[in-house]
Amino acid sequence: MSTESESSWQSQSQSSPGDTAADAHPHGPASQPLPRLIDYDPGEFFDELVNDRSIARPDTEVLVDMINRISGETLARRQRAIERAMYRMGITFTVYSDSRGTEKIMPFDIIPRVVPAILWHHIEAGLKQRIGALNRFLSDIYGPQNIVNDGVIPRELVDTSKDFRPQCMGLTPPNGVWCHITGTDLIRDSSGTVYVLEDNLRCPSGVSYVLQNRAVMKKNFPQLFDASRVRPVNDYPARLYNTLVSMAPEGVRNPVVAVLTPGVYNSAYYEHSFLAQQMGVELVEGRDLMVKDDRVYMRTTEGLQQVHVLYRRVDDMFLDPEVFREDSVLGVAGLMRAYRAGNIALANAPGTGIADDKVIYAYVPKMIDYYLGETPILENVPTYVCLDEDDRRHVLDNLDTLVVKAANESGGYGILIGPHATPAEREKFGELIRENPRNYIAQPTLSLSRVPTLVGESLEGRHVDLRPYILCRSPTDVDVIPGGLTRVALKRGSLVVNSSQGGGSKDTWVVANPGEETAST
Amino acid sequence: MLARVAESIYWMSRQMERAENLSRFLEVTLNFILDQPENLVDPWEPLVQVTGDTQWYSEHYSRFDRPSVIHFLAFDDRYPNSMLSSLRYARENARGVRETLSSETFEQINDFYHFVNDAALQKVEPTADFFDQVRQQALLWNGILDGTMSHDIGWHFANFGRLIERADKTSRILDVKYFNLLPRVDDVGTAVDDIQWSALLLAISGFEAYRREHHLIDIEKVVDFFIFNRRFPRSILSCVAGADWSLSQIEDACSSAHPRSAKQASLGLRHRLANTNVKEVLAGGMHQFIDTLQLELNDIGEALNQDYFQVTLHA
Repeated sequence: MSTESESSWQSQSQSSPGDTAADAHPHGPASQPLPRLIDYDPGEFFDELVNDRSIARPDTEVLVDMINRISGETLARRQRAIERAMYRMGITFTVYSDSRGTEKIMPFDIIPRVVPAILWHHIEAGLKQRIGALNRFLSDIYGPQNIVNDGVIPRELVDTSKDFRPQCMGLTPPNGVWCHITGTDLIRDSSGTVYVLEDNLRCPSGVSYVLQNRAVMKKNFPQLFDASRVRPVNDYPARLYNTLVSMAPEGVRNPVVAVLTPGVYNSAYYEHSFLAQQMGVELVEGRDLMVKDDRVYMRTTEGLQQVHVLYRRVDDMFLDPEVFREDSVLGVAGLMRAYRAGNIALANAPGTGIADDKVIYAYVPKMIDYYLGETPILENVPTYVCLDEDDRRHVLDNLDTLVVKAANESGGYGILIGPHATPAEREKFGELIRENPRNYIAQPTLSLSRVPTLVGESLEGRHVDLRPYILCRSPTDVDVIPGGLTRVALKRGSLVVNSSQGGGSKDTWVVANPGEETAST
Repeated sequence: MLARVAESIYWMSRQMERAENLSRFLEVTLNFILDQPENLVDPWEPLVQVTGDTQWYSEHYSRFDRPSVIHFLAFDDRYPNSMLSSLRYARENARGVRETLSSETFEQINDFYHFVNDAALQKVEPTADFFDQVRQQALLWNGILDGTMSHDIGWHFANFGRLIERADKTSRILDVKYFNLLPRVDDVGTAVDDIQWSALLLAISGFEAYRREHHLIDIEKVVDFFIFNRRFPRSILSCVAGADWSLSQIEDACSSAHPRSAKQASLGLRHRLANTNVKEVLAGGMHQFIDTLQLELNDIGEALNQDYFQVTLHA
């Protein structure tokens, strides 16, 4: 199904290049042959920018032209300048391993990843559908639990999920939305088909890099931007603010919104402060807050001030020592009482993690069918659930070809990449799976798509994924930001794109259809 | 404004000012030794004495020589009040409140810190030219703070912090002269004395302003300029008056039932300065006057902490 839709967007954009392309690219009428990216070999991988003969794909010809005209040396110089500027601006994350809290910028690659308009519309529709089903699932699972009663998802999976929060049973978040901010990881395989790799429903990070990558690219390549008809992303903070305001408790006219951070030593602290600054709201830590009469207050120089909406970037388990971990100093005692009383709104709602347990993930296509009666627009990566006996046997017999993932790990931890692992590592994972099958899934090793990436002064293909950000105000009011974080595995041959594992990022250019707003308008 | 944020802004600003003043101490001393006959006075030990941290110094250094004192004041990251440490704390504080600062303000601190940290990593003795650049960076930061941020309560906490710190450091620069002068009373009125007083005025960027008002170096007039000049932005009276003004603005914005002791303390100091003159200072002993002043400045800072940063359920 995905393969079909994939070929349909390709053929459509190839069969109707005429007027659109001419409008967009005054220097290169569409009748001219598409440019070839000189000295670049895409290998046998699906390349996002060019086809297997290094010819520009539709919507990428302006960019390919530009790269051909600029020397590798110039590109490298500009990239270094951009990286220096980012360091100077403090667009950094904290590296935990270092006692002094060393900061690093996420490595940045200057060659953007282009997403053609028609592919984007396919992705957008798929993500809206998916988040719709996931929010329905969360309401259900903390309510009547029809989906397990009807046997669509095994009850055992829910009961044993580390991220199921019995404390949240019976809660009804405002507008029926549990997950207001989602960052879903997408990948494309060797045929170009888009798959959902995972749903990040807790505190997905990275959107600050989307905005800053765009800002530095606009500064450095203004004309290229105009000609490429890139859709804007910089209204994200305003949209996020609107989303947060829409959650305010009933009867509150001018809600006080704040971002809750674990503090300056958290690896995503830069992002927390950036979002607070861009929205013009307070950035608070747990110690800045207190609960009195089931209301949440900030300690200010003017005394106590009530808060109505918290965009919390603190994990569930640390939110409230009265309800979750007693030893947490990051949260606020009594926060859940205030939440239950309806005096504070939390984004995302506590408990959303159950829906991005990697085993539950395997059931999302079934959720889409169960709740919406629809066929998934975006497919999951084929997934074996080790709890299932047949699946488990298959996984244990094929560890050398599969990727095995623990249900509750993130950041590239708890993963076995079968083909790259030693026999001893495979042996160890086999043992782990047999001991605790509930905790593991396995997926075939996909050949992730690549994008030309600057290595020294020349271009080499590097594997990428894409994390678009979805804002959900109500089941019918959903925004997908036209763009997202393209993460790139900078090591040759590597499939691991996490920044904690040596990955970097690229700007993501979603191309506008005629009539759609562009970043330069 | 969040109490924690107000506190961090206040300290960030104090620490930036502290770093700037240390570079002023050092830049001026490095220039000053070029002008004076060899071994006339030792300029290095007094720089340590005015920090008030002589004991810490003695535990970590064996001699009061030029490389040791410069390293101590500029780059020693074990010493919490060195220029590098001050900038590091200032940057940490700024990082914790960066959403309330203008982007330019944070970027300048970040840049400034890296500039000094990179110099420290090079492990060569910094020159007067380096300290000149530090002073430029500090002036840039002050300009950016004033020119890019709303002059709201956050700015007033920053302004208060830098002026309290500046008043303290101006008094310590003046105190350097006390330590220098005391062993050699005979030098009073000599060319050497002239050079020394001029150097002190240069340390607070006040040499030209002083010349315009008084033309010639005169001890009483220099001390008066340092303490009581109403127009020069680094004089003690000017700093205290500015800090007191910012406190008024803060108090107005944070109307509260219970009395604020910081305001009372700063008003008290302001009145005392207004009712004292340079003759009384010199008669009573300049060093004693400065000592008392520094205690009063500390008290104001402590009162500010109680008034605004310790917000409890009952507030």
